[in-house]
Amino acid sequence: MERPLTQRIRPQTEPMNLAEYEDTGGYEAARKAVKTMTPQDVQRLVTDSTLRGRGGAGFATGLKWSFVPMGPNAPRPKYLVANADEMEPGTFKDRLLLEGDPHQMVESMVVTAYAIEAEVGYIFLRSEYTRAARLLHKAIAEARSRGYLGRNLFGSDFSFDLHLHTSAGRYICGEETALLNSLEGKRAIPRSKPPYPQAAGLWGKPTVVQNVETLYNVSHIVRHGVEWYRGLGHGHEGGTKLYGVSGNVKRPGAWELPMGTTIRTILEDYAGGMREGFSFRGLLPGGASTAFVTEAHLDLPMNFESLPRAGSRMGTGTMIVLDDRTCPVGFVRNLEHFFAQESCGWCTPCWEGLSWTERILDGLEEGRGRPEDLDLLAMHTRLIGPGRTFCALAPGAMDPLQSALKHFRADFERHIHERRCPWREQGETIGARG
Amino acid sequence: MLTDQVREEIEAELRRYPDKRAGCVEAMKVVQRHHGWVSDDSLKSLAHLLDMTCEELDGVATFYNLIFRKPVGRHVILLCDSISCWIKGCDALRGHVTSRSGIGMGQTSADGRFTLLPIVCLGACDHAPVMMIGDDLHEDLTAEKIDRILERYP
Repeated sequence: MERPLTQRIRPQTEPMNLAEYEDTGGYEAARKAVKTMTPQDVQRLVTDSTLRGRGGAGFATGLKWSFVPMGPNAPRPKYLVANADEMEPGTFKDRLLLEGDPHQMVESMVVTAYAIEAEVGYIFLRSEYTRAARLLHKAIAEARSRGYLGRNLFGSDFSFDLHLHTSAGRYICGEETALLNSLEGKRAIPRSKPPYPQAAGLWGKPTVVQNVETLYNVSHIVRHGVEWYRGLGHGHEGGTKLYGVSGNVKRPGAWELPMGTTIRTILEDYAGGMREGFSFRGLLPGGASTAFVTEAHLDLPMNFESLPRAGSRMGTGTMIVLDDRTCPVGFVRNLEHFFAQESCGWCTPCWEGLSWTERILDGLEEGRGRPEDLDLLAMHTRLIGPGRTFCALAPGAMDPLQSALKHFRADFERHIHERRCPWREQGETIGARG
Repeated sequence: MLTDQVREEIEAELRRYPDKRAGCVEAMKVVQRHHGWVSDDSLKSLAHLLDMTCEELDGVATFYNLIFRKPVGRHVILLCDSISCWIKGCDALRGHVTSRSGIGMGQTSADGRFTLLPIVCLGACDHAPVMMIGDDLHEDLTAEKIDRILERYP
């Protein structure tokens, strides 16, 4: 099975330096794109490849690039920004790529920048990825000294330079337009759209923001072509995907597998199934902002098309498993605490609504639940759902909640009837949260 | 007041951006690397250097979880409390850390050794529960392991 994105990763070892990376065919895609293709050729390849964004939303990458003004009359400079602000709870795939093969990041950004005629790139990295920061600094410096970044790359008129920006910890920075505000040195609140960043992004100039895993795909598409790329996946979504599993399974981890591998294969063959003494109850397929799927959905392929059939989304493709010894109400309460804390506070439904849902869930867990609380929670899932807030943070927060109310309603009701959390020993105190 | 070395490091960061303000987060992180936190005096000097008002810069500083506007200990312990770590018992570990260090969440020990803070998902969910101290990630935590780790930070 081919694993283009992770083939060069050597666990427990320092990643390849520039020379080692080149020995395995590194920077061939960049050379090929810049020397033998037009930007439009690269865009067309990526469109034909069926590549969709791997950051969670799954927007078609080629289509996104097609909105960038091109040619001599386009506003300049144009920017390419890598979204490496991985902070969605349960998501741990981009860290693997950045720490395992930083040169692939640099090369993929060169290829992508060429496709959209960008002159300047930023890697927007979360502050806590200190190892990735060190390794990216090194890779950028090596590439620059070899002439793979800077002026007139590969003897062409194309110039591109790349910078590392480390952030300071705030989940909303992963939202495309909040990220741009953050890069400009402002509070990271989302911007209203339109204008879309491709037309007016960083400092008002055309900008493409792309998730790390998405970018890593681009260099392979250019190097090996569309047919090869589409053949990697199952079904008609091409390529591979980094899937991950965390929770009480035997072997938590992340693996690069064909796009469209079933949930059951990932969960049982790769994660080894449930740990001894734990039974499966459900899982969030792609991070904290996706809806629960249950046993009935395990044979669904993990791709952008299939998960909506189970009322969910593939998101980042990194699953969080709920077992029978973990309280589903406590699980959702933990998530809503995260979303309430990380709301940027810009729009009222989000900052009021999320802290209200958190307080209701606190009450249920602490034995103060009332029957009407479940209606209140359901009301929130409607009133701060899609289309009612400035960005996708609050609707994302409602996905695990509304699906938990559907699949685990009896557990919520037990909390109310028994006036306590049934998963907690009688008399056990609940730790104060910081 | 900013020392010459701090000023030099900030100037190097600012070269990556077309305007000074864009480097404000990196600039505040330089100050933190040297002093641990961003005091009112540092903020004032930084704002002047970046052509921002103090209010604008403080508005950015207070937005981020990891810009400290109060003094912190020599070692900041960031204990992940997000979902994968919660499933794996981070609540109990928090109790262990607070009893071992004698400080609650958000507090700094009297000897200035540790500050204990919650942090959102550290992106190491396959090795939950996890925490960071300074630049170091510590994975697959147990109470015993935490005891040994804390000893490494005098």
